[in-house]
Amino acid sequence: MRQIFNIARKEFSDGLRNRWMLAISLLFAVLAVGIAWFGAAASGQVGFTSIPATIASLASLATFLMPLIALLLAYDAIVGEEEGGTLMLLLTYPLSRSQLLTGKFLGHGMILGLSTLLGFGSAAVAIAVLVPDVSISLLVSAFVRFILSSTLLGLVFLAFAYVLSSRATEKSTAAGLALGVWFLFVLVFDLALLTILVVSEGKISPELLPWLLLLNPADIYRLINLAGFEAGAQGLGVMSLAGDLPMGLTALWLCLLVWLGVILGWAHLAFAKRVG
Amino acid sequence: MSAVVELNKVCQHYGKFQVLHDISWNLQPGEIMGLFGHNGAGKTTTVRLILGLIRHSGGELKVLGGQAQDAKIRQQIGFLPENVMFYPQLTGLETLQHFARLKGASMAQVEQLLEQVGLTAASRQRVKAYSKGMRQRLGLAQALLGNPKLLIMDEPTVGLDPIATQSLYRLMEKLRNEGTSIIICSHVLPGVESYIDKAVVMARGHLEVAGNLYELREHAGLPVRLRVRGLAGREISHPAIDSRSTLHDGWEELAVRPDARLEVVGQLLQQQPLDLEVRPPSLEDLYCYYTEKAGAVGVAGVQQ
Repeated sequence: MRQIFNIARKEFSDGLRNRWMLAISLLFAVLAVGIAWFGAAASGQVGFTSIPATIASLASLATFLMPLIALLLAYDAIVGEEEGGTLMLLLTYPLSRSQLLTGKFLGHGMILGLSTLLGFGSAAVAIAVLVPDVSISLLVSAFVRFILSSTLLGLVFLAFAYVLSSRATEKSTAAGLALGVWFLFVLVFDLALLTILVVSEGKISPELLPWLLLLNPADIYRLINLAGFEAGAQGLGVMSLAGDLPMGLTALWLCLLVWLGVILGWAHLAFAKRVG
Repeated sequence: MSAVVELNKVCQHYGKFQVLHDISWNLQPGEIMGLFGHNGAGKTTTVRLILGLIRHSGGELKVLGGQAQDAKIRQQIGFLPENVMFYPQLTGLETLQHFARLKGASMAQVEQLLEQVGLTAASRQRVKAYSKGMRQRLGLAQALLGNPKLLIMDEPTVGLDPIATQSLYRLMEKLRNEGTSIIICSHVLPGVESYIDKAVVMARGHLEVAGNLYELREHAGLPVRLRVRGLAGREISHPAIDSRSTLHDGWEELAVRPDARLEVVGQLLQQQPLDLEVRPPSLEDLYCYYTEKAGAVGVAGVQQ
């Protein structure tokens, strides 16, 4: 445990040193406050609208940002150490590969979690202070769920980054693969699902399609954040399928946790198999 | 006393390719051993096995009485890799503190080691600003964290100036006297010759020879070179003299069979030379002999 903490400490202080945490927190704060007040500007409405609408907008934004930031934060976690010449030295220490990876995961996870809390949390504070008559209990529960699920989504993609970093032989390859993973889950997956829906012309069992959403952690994340709000999942592209998904909020959280467990396990396996 | 490192018929395969063939040698406590060989001879693989970075395919390998993968064993091993690299964004002090935490070494030792390698003044500079020699010295300090019982150094003098090189050798002697066992891989053979207790020469994944310099010389049977001054023109004849050549400034060199060297020296002294030097085969001579005998390396170091 001491070794895991030592590695986590180094990763976290690196995150502070190179201002990753500051940059992510500021980015989240600016975007979150902007969305809370100007999210409905397209419909001619300026100012805070409602908590469900704000969370829905923030979740859409975080679906794009969290995976990208997590992948950028950790794509070089292993391959970068090897290219930098420090991986072999580290592995001669009383430190197992599993401890090294877990330590990195904790360190990167702390950066991601704290940035999310500070960035998005500042929007929640701003709403609580500046918006009159807002339901504080609804605000708190919605933002707690949003911040926790955003962090969890980030952790899943951190785990993806470790898989790529453990398998790539060069940093540039890992970076390319990371962008590919982001592209696949954030942009392509939903489009592909909609295409299947249209092209199949009802040949695919309608009961099956909502379950396919669970194959994408980003979709599970959106479902978690839309659940609990009235008509939350309606009229949002592929998310409209979610209405037919016979799953509660707890099951969705579990699905995201399973994603994290599976990908993190894969990362450990990939790193264990890596020659170096 | 049990061996610090013991290899018994150790083999290593990478797929179908065998890189180590039945390697057997041991390192005793307080010994300095030179591990030599041409590029691709199997030195790096051997070191990686000892460090527990890879598992051997066959034979028996014990490090400090156990398995190298064991964290408690690794705690007692120090390693200085060739061209050691560190995190450029950290200072020398932070680097050493990070590795000290991983090794379970004290922060007081960090300060002491920085002073020992002459980096106290530069300890708050980022490593990216360090010269190669400074990085190497930081690497040495890193390897000494936790007072290892086994120290492995791969080309430790690369980037060091002559004074730093000499202090490294002196440090090696000090550590040996304190009971630390050292394995040193180097191509700078004249530098390490007088500091090693034992040499292991590898070629093409095979162990060519292992032993102290006397044993290696006896086994090789290479001629001893006697350099003599002030006997020019005089007859020197002995059946053990293989060749006689003239050098500069009145010096001559005789290549003499090793078993008769004292006899020839006695004969030369009777002729009252101005000077006389006895030069047994150097480590470099022995290395070349064993490596070439194995047919592994040509003049330019290209594998044949």
